[in-house]
Amino acid sequence: MSDFPFLSVLTVAPLVGAVVVAFLPRRRPELAKRIALGWSLAVLALSVAMWIAFKVGGDRMQFRESYPWIPDWGIRVTFAVDGIALVMLMLIAVLVPLVILASWHDADDGSGAPGEAARAGTVAVNKRSVPVYFALILALECTMIGVFAAADVFLFYVFFEVMLVPMYFLIGSYGGHQRQYAAVKFFLYSLVGGLFMLAAVIGLWAVGGRTFDWSALIGADIATDTARWLFLGFFVAFAIKAPFFPFHTWLPDAGGAAPAGAAALLVGVLDKVGTFGILRYCLPLFPEASRWFAPWALALAAIGIIYAALLAVGQNDLKRLVSYTSIAHFGFIGIGIFAFTTQAGTGAVLYMLNHGLATGLLFLVVGMLVARRRSALVSDFGGVGRLVPLLGGVLLFAGLASLALPGTAPFVSEFLVLIGTFTVNKPVAVIATIGIIFAAAYVLWMVQRTAQGTLNPALSEVDDMRRDLTARERVVVAPLIALLIVLGFYPKPVTDVINPAVQATMQDVGTSDPAPTAGNLEAAK
Amino acid sequence: MSEVNLPPIDYAALAPILIPFGVACAGVLVEAFVPRRARYLAQLGLALAGLLAALVAVVLVADRRVLTIGGAVAVDGPALFLQGTIVVLALIALLLIGERSLDNGGSFVAQAAITVGSERDRVQEEREPGATEVYPLTMFAVSGMLLFVAAGDLLTMFIALEVLSLPLYLLCALARRRRLLSQEAALKYFMLGAYASGFFLFGVALIYGFTVGVGNGRKGDQPGGVDFATIHAAVGDSSASPVLLFAGIALLSIGLLFKAAAAPFHVWTPDVYQGAPTSITAFMAACTKVAAFGGLLRVLYVAFAGAAWDFTPVLGTVGVLTMLVGAILAVTQTDVKRLLAYSSVANAGYLLVGVLAGSKDGLSSTMFYLVAYGFSVIAAFALVTLVRDPDGEATHLSRWAGLGRRSPLFASVFTFVLLAFAGIPLTSGFMSKFAVFGAALAAGQVWLVIVGVVSSMILAFPYLRVVVMMWLSEPSDATPTVTVPGALTSAAVMIGVLATLVLGVVPAWLLDLSRGAAEFVR
Repeated sequence: MSDFPFLSVLTVAPLVGAVVVAFLPRRRPELAKRIALGWSLAVLALSVAMWIAFKVGGDRMQFRESYPWIPDWGIRVTFAVDGIALVMLMLIAVLVPLVILASWHDADDGSGAPGEAARAGTVAVNKRSVPVYFALILALECTMIGVFAAADVFLFYVFFEVMLVPMYFLIGSYGGHQRQYAAVKFFLYSLVGGLFMLAAVIGLWAVGGRTFDWSALIGADIATDTARWLFLGFFVAFAIKAPFFPFHTWLPDAGGAAPAGAAALLVGVLDKVGTFGILRYCLPLFPEASRWFAPWALALAAIGIIYAALLAVGQNDLKRLVSYTSIAHFGFIGIGIFAFTTQAGTGAVLYMLNHGLATGLLFLVVGMLVARRRSALVSDFGGVGRLVPLLGGVLLFAGLASLALPGTAPFVSEFLVLIGTFTVNKPVAVIATIGIIFAAAYVLWMVQRTAQGTLNPALSEVDDMRRDLTARERVVVAPLIALLIVLGFYPKPVTDVINPAVQATMQDVGTSDPAPTAGNLEAAK
Repeated sequence: MSEVNLPPIDYAALAPILIPFGVACAGVLVEAFVPRRARYLAQLGLALAGLLAALVAVVLVADRRVLTIGGAVAVDGPALFLQGTIVVLALIALLLIGERSLDNGGSFVAQAAITVGSERDRVQEEREPGATEVYPLTMFAVSGMLLFVAAGDLLTMFIALEVLSLPLYLLCALARRRRLLSQEAALKYFMLGAYASGFFLFGVALIYGFTVGVGNGRKGDQPGGVDFATIHAAVGDSSASPVLLFAGIALLSIGLLFKAAAAPFHVWTPDVYQGAPTSITAFMAACTKVAAFGGLLRVLYVAFAGAAWDFTPVLGTVGVLTMLVGAILAVTQTDVKRLLAYSSVANAGYLLVGVLAGSKDGLSSTMFYLVAYGFSVIAAFALVTLVRDPDGEATHLSRWAGLGRRSPLFASVFTFVLLAFAGIPLTSGFMSKFAVFGAALAAGQVWLVIVGVVSSMILAFPYLRVVVMMWLSEPSDATPTVTVPGALTSAAVMIGVLATLVLGVVPAWLLDLSRGAAEFVR
């Protein structure tokens, strides 16, 4: 079973699906949706098979495949995953079908996009193509899987950049208010970061022995100064992608303007490419530079936690608010990575997964609210729970999960990050802990103003607001809620996969720690 | 008087140059003897057949490495590779030039001498079929380019330069629509081109002075001369003042960089690209660029290789300036042809980065870049010819708003080409940029690469703006229609776009080819 070329099939399959869906006639939107959903479920099934075939405690990089591509430059199409990438691939495979299901009506004549209604006159003329929307999501899945599965720096870069294109059109063509501005800002920020990385990639190739193979580059002997510059090139790209303070300003715009499903993928998965890239490329390839830059990275992450939390409290737009909470969460992940302890590192990777689930859920639920109210402003809601108790309840759960309430999965990861950091860097851990208090403030206040309290009289006049979760929407939220609770009590299957990979990464950096591993922690509980 | 010794001539090796020349001359005869009605098909067929024959000739002599006609023409790897490139690109450009279904009678004027705006002019603009002289003119330009990249001495190079330039000046003036703009462009191109030729010729004279007393070591060679072998020897051990050499290189470079559209010799580019008939613009942007860089490569790599330490910093400055000027000014453009013109300037800068690597990698990556860019740029201009309103092409960017809604296929294809220009992976634009930057970095030109990357970031913005215009803006009543392309234009677009995609996904074969060809003979 392990000989099956899982990774190349997983990468190519969504692309084939995208092509199929894109060429369906515009008049058959239902067919396009069903095929897209079926296709993404097939990808999910394949990913589950891969998860089972993955040998816990086996080689660091598994399912390795390698084909020649451009021999002149030593470029090969090499796929391989470690535990970190495997977890992220599972996250993608789980999220995409749910996002497709959640976006079922998003592309139908602009109903899913607030602000579009204001220009109702133009909507009739410019019906947006439904098949193309779902084709873009599948194309995005292809590039997302590719970026995590690549084990060749060049191939990684190719996916990293191409990923922008479908997302750009998802935001730009199907987004809401200010979508043009947001799409261009997103594209330019990411492209600028990508070009910094391109310079570093070429530099790495020139000094690293003219190869792009990740495993060969790990041991490359690079002069200290050169390595620091190259590290910076990669780091800037990843910090923009993640995004870390002060490179974060594109995310609230993009997250606010993107359709809810695309926003869930943007924040849930796309941004993880940044933190994943730091773990996979920055740390092992430039260990000395990583240690040298670590204090700066920690400082940025800590500032990000507090700063984004403060901004989140002040937001009146639900999607922007969720975007800001994500920036704060990425601060936690950044701290976990640059603390250089296995515990914090494992926590950070687990955080990447849990944040994808929790924030994905939050975005999807917010999307359901927005689709009903045709507005994303907090002040347009109030007492939603009285009208649609189930939807209000899910919103509360998603909010609590995202502020890491014990019993939900994010708590485990946040806790691991904090104790892992506390053993080596107390001030940062303390600052980050303060961030948790803010997190409670922005989430609870948002939930209170939206779902609790007295009913906003304007709400009961909107017919759609009387509709509680439909069967389709229940199917969307149920798996995420289940995963968040299960992983909150029993994260061992995931930590077992992550732990060896993180340990290997920390060894690459040259910091070994005797601190208890996540497994011990479980035992201690 | 002593007997004149005729040097041996390898006609087979010269066939790729001689065939288009012959076809061009035959085209003049066709113009004189074939009745007017039949001329269009006869000329187009003749030109296409000539180029195909030239392509076959290139393939047949692909392995030949020889200096012939007493060293005046060097048939070697780079020459043949670039000749093949020019012929293929010219073929595609010829398809655009021959297109007659978009505009009534083609995009060329019937009689250029008629006063612009007069009653007769209006009549001919509406009805009369375009002049068929454009085909022989194009073929003369192509043969000039083919000779240019294979020139073995500076005088041959100068003659080739003139042969390729003069028809281009004329072709620029022959637009059917907006003829004043077209004529202005031609005049501007001609005046500045004449200056550049003057600089080039003066440079040749100085270099000749520099080579005094140095021979190239061939049998029966007199000391002194402007063939590249002699210059190469002179750079090593001439007793003449190096001022002659440096001034000579500078003046020669000005002549070449003018054709390549490098800053600060680029000022003609936007006006000429905008004013010329779009098919001719495509031809110039692709083929002239190949020829100019082919000449530049030969001069710098063969003749002046020994002086690389002296000219690299200066040309590096030119390269930096070119990239930045092209990128920054592209941001402010509101006309798509001018935008592409400034992008062409910036691309000249990226090509210079490859040239200045000074290595075999530099040579092969520059040649790869020329091929990749040529295909994309022809496709881009071909697509521009399709966006029309009753007055001809609608090139103002504001008019393009909402084209994606009206014609999704057109907009998708144009978006793909723009993404290629912006250097997004899986397009040839990315691979070629990667090639030149990699070669330059390996050669230690870190700053050139950094400026290259920074200017790429700037340049992404104007491309993206066009994409936004087409897809994310609402169409208005003023939005022009996208004409259904005729067979010729469709073919040109398809070849260009396919090449852009193929070279972006599987570039290995062309890289191999360019690497195998990257060896000059001296």
